[in-house]
Amino acid sequence: MMQYLQQIAFLILASYSIWLFSRNILQIKKNIFIGKDEDLSDNAPLRWKNVLLLAFGQKKMFRNPTVAIMHFIIYAGFIIINIEVLEIVLDGILGTHRIFLGTLGSFYHFIINFFEFLAMGVIAVCVIFLIRRNVLKLKRFISKDLNGWPRSDANYILVTEIILMSLFLTMNASDRALQLQGSEHYRETGNFILSGIIAPIFQTFSTAQLILIERSCWWIHIIGIFAFLNYLPYSKHLHILLAFPNAYYARLSPMGEMHNMENVQNEVKYMMQPELAPTGESQPMKFGAKDVMDLSWKSLLDAYSCTECGRCSTACPANQTGKLLSPRKIMMDTRDRLEEVGANIKLNGSFKDDGKTLLNNFISVEELRACTTCNACVQECPISISPLDIIIELRRSLIMEDSNAPQEWNGMFSNIENNFAPWKLSPDDRDKWKEEL
Amino acid sequence: MHVPTMAEFLASGEQPEVLFWVGCAGSFDQRAQKITKAFVTILDKVGIKYAILGKEEQCTGDPARRAGNEFMFQMMAYQNIQILNGYNIKKIVTACPHCFNVIKNEYPILGGNYEVIHHATFLQQLIDEGKIKMNEGGDFKGKKITYHDSCYLGRANNIYEAPRKVLEAMDVALVEMKRCRSNGLCCGAGGAQMFKEEEKGESRINIERSNEALATGATIIAAACPFCNTMLTDGVKNSEKEADVQVLDIAELVAAALQ
Repeated sequence: MMQYLQQIAFLILASYSIWLFSRNILQIKKNIFIGKDEDLSDNAPLRWKNVLLLAFGQKKMFRNPTVAIMHFIIYAGFIIINIEVLEIVLDGILGTHRIFLGTLGSFYHFIINFFEFLAMGVIAVCVIFLIRRNVLKLKRFISKDLNGWPRSDANYILVTEIILMSLFLTMNASDRALQLQGSEHYRETGNFILSGIIAPIFQTFSTAQLILIERSCWWIHIIGIFAFLNYLPYSKHLHILLAFPNAYYARLSPMGEMHNMENVQNEVKYMMQPELAPTGESQPMKFGAKDVMDLSWKSLLDAYSCTECGRCSTACPANQTGKLLSPRKIMMDTRDRLEEVGANIKLNGSFKDDGKTLLNNFISVEELRACTTCNACVQECPISISPLDIIIELRRSLIMEDSNAPQEWNGMFSNIENNFAPWKLSPDDRDKWKEEL
Repeated sequence: MHVPTMAEFLASGEQPEVLFWVGCAGSFDQRAQKITKAFVTILDKVGIKYAILGKEEQCTGDPARRAGNEFMFQMMAYQNIQILNGYNIKKIVTACPHCFNVIKNEYPILGGNYEVIHHATFLQQLIDEGKIKMNEGGDFKGKKITYHDSCYLGRANNIYEAPRKVLEAMDVALVEMKRCRSNGLCCGAGGAQMFKEEEKGESRINIERSNEALATGATIIAAACPFCNTMLTDGVKNSEKEADVQVLDIAELVAAALQ
């Protein structure tokens, strides 16, 4: 009876959390497609290569090898140990215990040992990461970008992973203790190296106590995993999923190439060659981006993929010299605004003006102006996020929609227009240097 | 020395091997003019059949585009492409990474398709082909030189080795800054920053960068961009090191070491 209750409870829990997760992910997908169309489906082989190298292989993380190895341990640990979750889910549904033990035989012993070592590795690295954030206070982690929720978010994730891994090890240890006490439901697995060390401590407990510990660990572990799954859509940790599509849809053109504005190109062409201009009323045009719906969907995917690590801002020359600009904040602001716009659309059917825009209400003119377009942020991002694309689109809106430019830039524009050079110098003097040779 | 223009080539019914795109800095900025002069001296000495556009050259539109003024960029691009295509230009060399990036990466979609090469790569090729001969144990042999990566050459276009190979050909003692190649720190001029005051902060980008370059103990800071050159020169002056440390373009170094 107890067994059936557990199975039913598990099924309800699993279906609910998967339903909830799917609903939130679909909402995120919807939000991303609030952005403008951009075809990024060409050159599939190169795109798959990027997924393999950047997302699976974490190639760019290895620009800092020590951190890369630690991050890889968490990543590998998390993905591989999730194979163990498959067993947990099957046990949960079927009411079995260690369902793979029979089929895998001695390999089962090896694989669980391997998982235990990974789990230990994950715990160790999470502790180191917590220390880096909270004790050593690395510059990119104490930045004001992360004040409030984002800083807690990072710590919650690390603590949760430590708890989940500890539960896994404790569960195995109590399981082993039960085996040693000859409890019939707990099949002989042999000693696992790590949990085997803890198992003797559990020997002092009664069988009933041990079953309670083992079952609690099993339940809290799986509840924890389902809870964590549903935490992802609200967290920076969503990168563990979105890093993959984000690497696939990364722009393949040279970093220096700016996105061409075809509408402006055509405007200029029709001005120069009026005979090419289409007849009839022309559509009103919008230039650059004021809000998230004016950005490419890829920039919005970027925003959801960002895990706020701050490598971009650490490399940013403006940020390093104390300017207001922080490429990480650009990504975080974009996601925050997108969440807001997404909720607005969900509530009202279509977007209802809320008197706010990404430009000005989230990202200030001063931040945008400080960018040197040096591409250091783009270069640094391990998963091919481009804060620069967003900065450029917002700058375009400032200049072309609002005519908002610093005076020196207006001077530069008029010099280019009148003297064909950014300085106020006569075009006749352009080759004057020849005479001095 | 005569610097031929495209108009002259057209009049004689000939076509040069390569067009030298001088760029606005190289044309008007007094410091950058020296780079231009050094580069044409090399072209002349090596016997390259080259030409410039002269008064027909116009700003590529780079600073306008990066500031956000796409209209102005498209206007400039349209006019330049008209002229370049009108002369049937096939190959362009330029000493400015910004011009290089725009003509190479941003003009093709607008109908301007050329083989575009930065002077760092061009000089490296001439050295490799043995066309540039420099003094044995020349002026710069063993001299401590650090190279500053221009963003628009490096990260933007993946050119890191060519300028370094040019320096190595001069037997210099190349010392790297910690932030070099793809980690290179911007000089602070890109994205049309050259044409406005910096936003307020704790320090200036060019000072941060020139301090890093000075810390290497190099007596020459080599650059391959007229804007980086200006920014770093200002930075060196700010540290009152201009008597001991020079900021020079790789073309100036090569021209000085020519046989």
